Amino acid sequence: MRYIIAFFSTMLAALPAFAAQPTPGALNFQEPATRIMERVIGFANPLHVGMALVAVFVLALLIWVCIRYNKRANPEPRKFSHNTLIEIIWTTVPVIILVVIAGPSFSNLLYQENEPDLVQIAESGDLNDPNVFVEAAKQGWITVKAEGMGNWAWTYYYPDEMDADGYQVQFVSNAIHYGLPSDPPATPEKPRYLATDYPMVIPANRYIRYQTASDRVIHSWTVPAFGVKTDAVPGRLNEGWFLVEKPGVYYGQCSELCGKNHAFMPIEVRVVPQAQYDRWIETMKTGDIDAATEMVQVIDTTDEATRLASVE
Amino acid sequence: MPMDEIALDHGHDAHDHKPGFFTRWFFSTNHKDIGTLYLVFALVAGIVGYTLSGLIRMELAEPGMTFLIHLVSVDAESIRAGIIEAAVNAGNVGAATDASVLAQVNEAILTAKTEASKSFYNVVITYHGLIMIFFMVMPALIGGFGNWFVPLMIGAPDMAFPRMNNISFWLTVAAFALAVLSMMVPGGNGVNGFGGGWVLYPPLSSTAGHSGPSMDLLILSLHTAGIASILGAINFIVTILNMRAPGMTLHKMPLFAWSMLITAVLLLLALPVLAGALTMLLTDRNFGSQFFDPSGGGDPIMFQHLFWFFGHPEVYIMILPAFGIVSHIVSTFSKKPIFGYLGMDYAMVSIGAIGFIVWAHHMYTVGMPSDMKAYFVAATMVIAVPTGIKIFSWIATMWGGSIDFSVPMVWAIGFIFLFTVGGVTGVVLANAGIDHALHDTYYVVAHFHYVLSLGAVFGLFAGWYYWFEKMFGLKYNKMIGYAHFWIMFVGSNLIFFPQHFLGLNGMPRRYVDYPDAYALWNAVSSVGYLISLVATALFFIGLFEAMIRRRKGEANPWGEGATTLEWTLPSPPPFHQFNELPVVKTEGGH
Repeated sequence: MRYIIAFFSTMLAALPAFAAQPTPGALNFQEPATRIMERVIGFANPLHVGMALVAVFVLALLIWVCIRYNKRANPEPRKFSHNTLIEIIWTTVPVIILVVIAGPSFSNLLYQENEPDLVQIAESGDLNDPNVFVEAAKQGWITVKAEGMGNWAWTYYYPDEMDADGYQVQFVSNAIHYGLPSDPPATPEKPRYLATDYPMVIPANRYIRYQTASDRVIHSWTVPAFGVKTDAVPGRLNEGWFLVEKPGVYYGQCSELCGKNHAFMPIEVRVVPQAQYDRWIETMKTGDIDAATEMVQVIDTTDEATRLASVE
Repeated sequence: MPMDEIALDHGHDAHDHKPGFFTRWFFSTNHKDIGTLYLVFALVAGIVGYTLSGLIRMELAEPGMTFLIHLVSVDAESIRAGIIEAAVNAGNVGAATDASVLAQVNEAILTAKTEASKSFYNVVITYHGLIMIFFMVMPALIGGFGNWFVPLMIGAPDMAFPRMNNISFWLTVAAFALAVLSMMVPGGNGVNGFGGGWVLYPPLSSTAGHSGPSMDLLILSLHTAGIASILGAINFIVTILNMRAPGMTLHKMPLFAWSMLITAVLLLLALPVLAGALTMLLTDRNFGSQFFDPSGGGDPIMFQHLFWFFGHPEVYIMILPAFGIVSHIVSTFSKKPIFGYLGMDYAMVSIGAIGFIVWAHHMYTVGMPSDMKAYFVAATMVIAVPTGIKIFSWIATMWGGSIDFSVPMVWAIGFIFLFTVGGVTGVVLANAGIDHALHDTYYVVAHFHYVLSLGAVFGLFAGWYYWFEKMFGLKYNKMIGYAHFWIMFVGSNLIFFPQHFLGLNGMPRRYVDYPDAYALWNAVSSVGYLISLVATALFFIGLFEAMIRRRKGEANPWGEGATTLEWTLPSPPPFHQFNELPVVKTEGGH
C-alpha cells in the first residue's frame, strides 16, 4: 500500500527542480543535471513515444485482423499472397523512420563523445548556445580519475591537484551500506546503497574531464543524472566529459558485474559552488579528509531547489 | 535412395519395428526420437533455469537481503566456536551462556550468510542465463522441433547423418551435466559455482576473479555444447541442401526449414569464435597465457569482441526458428498461404547476415572511438527493416484470411505483438547516445526478455501446441492450452514491462539488492513471476492430462490451412517415413 501511495504521490505531486537519485515508482529517467543528459532525454522521450506508436499500430492491426478476418466474420479466406506496393511501403517507411532517428542520434552521440575544445569555446563560443559554456570554458578543465578497486570501492584521483608532499589528491570512496546486519540505518542524507563515506566532489559549472581505470576486474562508473557511463577496464584509461549546471548531490551505482559486492559500490558526487570546492580541495591537500568531507555536507547555495534536492 | 535401404534394417517392412527401449532411446539414430529426446531434455533444463529465475525474483521481491540467505550454508559451528573462544580468552569465562556474546554469534552467522548469498546471487543469474540459452531454448527449438520437422517438411526419410545426430544430443546432455557440476564445485568467490554473468567477461572469469575449478568446468561445458551445436548445424545444412523431396526447390521449401538452414549457418560461423575465446580463457587460467591479461599485453576487451561476435548471432539463433514456426502457424490458421514468401525468406537471410556485423552494440560503454560507435548504431538500426518486413508480412498473411483462434494461433499472435515490443526497445537501445544511459540497466533486461522470454519462448510454446498432436499422436486439452497462454501472457508482461521503468530510472542489472526507491516495480515484477508459475503448472498439467487421457490424434487436425508435408503423415508419424519420396508439384509449396 505504501508503494501505491508513493507511486501516485510521485506522479501527482510537483517534483523538486531536480532529483539526484531514483524516485519511488518512477516511470522515466531521473531528472537531468547535465546538458548531455538533457539531450539524451530530449531525444529518448520522443523516440519512446514514436516506438510506442509503432507497437500500438502493430497491436491495432492485429486486433483489426482478429475482428474482421476471424472465421466467423470471414468464412472464405482470400488467397492473395503478394502486393508489391505494400511491400515497398513497409520497407521504405521504416527506412525513413530510421533515417529520421539517426539524425539526433548521431548528433547526440558526437556531442557526448567528442571532448569540447575549450580554447575555441572560450574565444568564440556562442553565449546563447545551450551546448557550450563559455564562462566555464575560460576556466579550463578539471580532471578527476575514478579507479575501480578490487575490494569494491572507487578511488578518486585529482591529477592536477598536488598535496604538500607532491602527491596527487586521492582518496578511497567506500559504500556505507553493504546489506549486512551491521549497516547503519539509512537516512535522507545517507540513502541506502547510494551514499558513500567520502564522496567525489566537483565544482558546478566547470568542464569536468573524468577518466576511469581499474586495478583488477571491470567496473563501470556511472551517474544516471549526468548521462555518463564508462567502463573501468584494467589496462585501459577511458575518458569522457560532462558539466553539471546545478549544485547538488548525485548518485550512481557500479554498472558492470564485478563480483560479490557489485551492488554495494555506489558513486556519490557532490557538486558544489566553485568557492566551496576550492576550500574542499585545499583541505584535502592538507590530508584532513574528514574535515574536507565535513565542508561539503551542506552545499552552499541560496537556490531553494538545490537545497531541496540535496536532502531529498 | 539406396543409402536409405542400407541404413534402415526394416526398410522393406510396412510395419513399424521399433527397437527395444534402451536401444531406441539411448542409441537412437531416428530424427523423431532424437527430437523427442531434445524436447524432454529442454523441459528438464527449462525447469532448472526457470527455478533459478524464481530465486532471482524472490530475492528482489522486496528491498533487503531476505531470501537467498535461507538457501546458503555457512560453517556456523566454527563461527560460534571462534567468537566464544575469543571471549573466553578475553576473560569472559561464562561466554558460552552470555547473552551478549550469543547475540554477537548470531550476527556473525547472519553476516556470513549474507555475504555468501551475495555471491550465490551472482551464481544464480549466471546459470539462469546459460541454462536458458544453451540448454533450454536452443535444444528445444533447434534440436527438438528442428530434428522433428525439418526432415518431415522437406520430405526426407531422416537427417543426413543420423549417428552424428545422436552424438549431438548426448554431447548436449554431457554439456549440461558439466554445467550443473560446475555449479557444485568451488568458484573461488566464496561459494560454489561461477558468478561472473553468462557473458563470462575476464578478468572476472580469469583466475583473478574466479580462481576455483567451477569456471574451468563451465568452459568445458560450453565447449561441449558448442561441438554438439556445430555437429547439429552441419547435419541440418547437409540435410536441407541435399535431401529435399523431388521438386522442392529451395524457394519452395517451408519457412521453418529455411529458418533452420539460416540458424545452422549462423551456428557454424559463430560458435568457432566462441570456442576460440573460451580456449584462450582456458589457457589464460591454466597455462600462463595472457590473452586477456593487460599485465602481459593482453586485453579484456578483446574477449568481449570475440564473445559478442558469437553472442549477437546467438540471439538470432534463438529467435529465427521461432520466426519459422510462427510463419507456419499464422498461415495455417488464417487458411492463407504466407504473404510475401520470398520477402519473409530473405528477411531472415538478411537478419542473419547483418547479425554478424553489429556485435559491438553490446559494448558501447567499454571505451570505443565515437566513429566505431556511430557505425554500430547505423548497422544495428538496419536490422529493424527486415524485422519489420516479417511483422507486417505476418499481419498481411492474416489479412483477408479466415482466422481460427486455435491454441497455437493465440500463442503466435501473442508472439508477434510481444516481439514487436521487444523490437522497438531494441531500436531505442541501438542509439549509443541513449545506451550510455541505459546500458547494463534493467531496461536492457526488459528488452532482451521481451525478444527471448516473451519472443522465443512464446514461439516455442506456439510450436509445442501446433505440433503436439503430430509428434505424440495425442490431443491436448484446449482449455488448458488457452489458460496457459493467457496466464503466461499476463504473468510475463507483469514480470518484464515494469523493468523498463526500473532501467530508465537507473537500476543496474545483476544487483542482489537495490535502493528502496526501486521497490514498487520490483515487487510487481515478482508478483508477475508468481503468476507465470501458475501458467507453467498449467503447461505440465496439460501435458500430463494428454498423456493420461490418450485421446487419439488425427493426421491433420488443422484442416485445409496446414499444407506442409508433415500433415500428410499419420500422427504420430511412422517410425520411418517417406520410404517412397513425396514429389512436390510445381505449384506446390509456398
